[in-house]
Amino acid sequence: MDFLIFQVPMLTLQAVLDGLLLGILFALIAYGMALQWGVMNIINIAQGDLVILGGYIAYFMYLYGIHPAWGVIVSPIIMYFVGVVIYKLVINKVVDRDLFISILATFGISILFMQLMNFAFGADVVLANSGYGTTMLFDNSVTLPNSKIFSAFISIVFAIGLVVYMKKSKLGRAIRATAQNARAAKILGVDTEKVYAATFGINAALCGVAGALISITFTIHPYMGLPYTIRSFMIVIVAGLGNLPGVAMSGMGLGVFEEFADYILGTEFRIGSVFLLLVLILVYRRFKLSRKREYLK
Amino acid sequence: MKIKNIIITFVSAIAILFSTSVVSLAKVVGDKIILGAAISLTGKYSSNGVHTQNGYNMAVDRINDMGGIKVGGKTYKFDIIYYDDESNPKRAAQLAERLISQDGVEFMLGPYSSGLTKAIAPVTEKYGVPMVEANGASRSLFTKGYKYLFAVLAPANLYLDVAIETAVELNGGKGVRIAQAFEQDAFSQDVRLGILDAAERTGSKIIIDDKLPKELNDMAATLAKVKAVKPDVLVVSGHTKGALTAIRQIAEMKVDVPMLAMTHCDAAKLSKQHGKNSQYALCASQWHKTLTYKDDFFKDGMTYAADFEKLFGYDPPYQSAESSAALLVFKDAFERANSFDQKKVRDALADTNMQTFYGNIKFAEGGQNVDKPMVLFQVMCDDAGKCENKVVAPLKWASAELIHPIPKWSER
Repeated sequence: MDFLIFQVPMLTLQAVLDGLLLGILFALIAYGMALQWGVMNIINIAQGDLVILGGYIAYFMYLYGIHPAWGVIVSPIIMYFVGVVIYKLVINKVVDRDLFISILATFGISILFMQLMNFAFGADVVLANSGYGTTMLFDNSVTLPNSKIFSAFISIVFAIGLVVYMKKSKLGRAIRATAQNARAAKILGVDTEKVYAATFGINAALCGVAGALISITFTIHPYMGLPYTIRSFMIVIVAGLGNLPGVAMSGMGLGVFEEFADYILGTEFRIGSVFLLLVLILVYRRFKLSRKREYLK
Repeated sequence: MKIKNIIITFVSAIAILFSTSVVSLAKVVGDKIILGAAISLTGKYSSNGVHTQNGYNMAVDRINDMGGIKVGGKTYKFDIIYYDDESNPKRAAQLAERLISQDGVEFMLGPYSSGLTKAIAPVTEKYGVPMVEANGASRSLFTKGYKYLFAVLAPANLYLDVAIETAVELNGGKGVRIAQAFEQDAFSQDVRLGILDAAERTGSKIIIDDKLPKELNDMAATLAKVKAVKPDVLVVSGHTKGALTAIRQIAEMKVDVPMLAMTHCDAAKLSKQHGKNSQYALCASQWHKTLTYKDDFFKDGMTYAADFEKLFGYDPPYQSAESSAALLVFKDAFERANSFDQKKVRDALADTNMQTFYGNIKFAEGGQNVDKPMVLFQVMCDDAGKCENKVVAPLKWASAELIHPIPKWSER
């Protein structure tokens, strides 16, 4: 039974496609995390809660009769300002401090957001229906929900847009300069305070996009943010800091890995196996690093 | 600075003194029987916590208005002290301690969910406080030998039992092939055990047995497997998230199964959130308003539902109905015990054998209600897309005929 995937060849294709579509969406969230981690050296535990808040924006549009797909435009705009406000209120006080302090601060923000969302939106699990239908391949043996294809497509558009923006725009260059050396950037006239605020805002905006997509592909709930934080954290760790193309690859890779783990080991080991992979990768990195040092000696 | 510290210490000392010296309320004050309850008014169970509280409050008002409780020739009224357990088991256990040792409560009503009931039960047991609970169905609550715990609801392992039996019956008495996916929490896993029992009893075979991690809201892999092996019955239980995810992905992936059985359909507002996609889903429920049980206080299900809607503005979910029933049970037990002695009330509770609008109530040794079968309803929609839950099993209460097998997606 466990190896059903090898008996039914189409399941392999289904698993790969499902994994890729899922992975691309997760990669978008991880993208934001990698960006602000790289620039500000902050691990944002509230990442998943920002995603859920973005999802609620799309959900409320849906409730008021607007198609939730517009959420991918409205949600990031609102979330950008939410991000900037969080930065001005909390993050700017911890940005130069120890990593541990920023983890504590964002953990606090995460709890606050969960409770506020629960208070404002209620504890029901909700979703927005896009009515996008399904793409069926190979005589209905492989099915791909169009909402997932849409999510992946939008994620790719935003990811490419961000890379281009970082390369070409003035702010993008300032962000990259600050990431490389904040002090030097400051001396050369970059307003790092502004750069930090914008970076956190961009991260929140990406979370907003992802949230809107999650509300039309999965479900949202005030307390469902943490798994997204952990997932994006893992993707960034696997990719390595400051490696944006790596984030996309590792997101998709983890997505596919997860699907295959589900078929081969069983659904209950799906998330566990991703953690196991994370441990293995960290051990391998450490091993490689230690060899490098010896070489340098 | 020093003076400031001294003042702060002094003020906090006085505050602590006041907070602990609040008059200890006894179980019965004047003509009031005071019950205690820790309920999830905030946190992730808050929606169902509020349904529970509304159910309790409605029954308290109704019983008080209709003459109260007669004990020893005197008439008493119910009153409830509520605390918010924040959907947190540790907090619930603390609050139970507080209710009993500080507030002097001698009779308790249950919290919402199996997890929180599990946290409170050892405390009430320790103090010998009878607790009638209405929202903890996990089987493990009834196998610990608790003497003071009574549940008006049927245990979790019976939730979808009826579905398997119905499927076997429709298959001409031959066993069926079952695919199942359950979340990894106490309640859902108990439902799973019930299915395993039913499968063994009926000679059915379980061909997919997935355990969904709590963090997961994607069932695509499970459903792809279901598509490949084509079972006769698909069973899903994972609270509201599981129900919503399953219906969304079954519709998106066009998974055809002859029977789909689930839990938490009404809590998930399935037909409202998914409309026609939820059609034909079979859902386990503790209660449905069309059942014909009767009592003197709420008359029957339909009247209860109408009165509830007038008070709170929404159709009562079964969580509210069972909570109201808990108070009817307490009233009955107090009157039969004719005393406020905890031991006597406990014994009276154990001897309960009554009918309420919610169903018959009779407790087994472990405290679970053995006299009330689960009902199954099926989501049925008209052409305009308006969906309704109609009871289809057991046959005695069926208000509509079960639609089986579920039409294929290509024919809908």
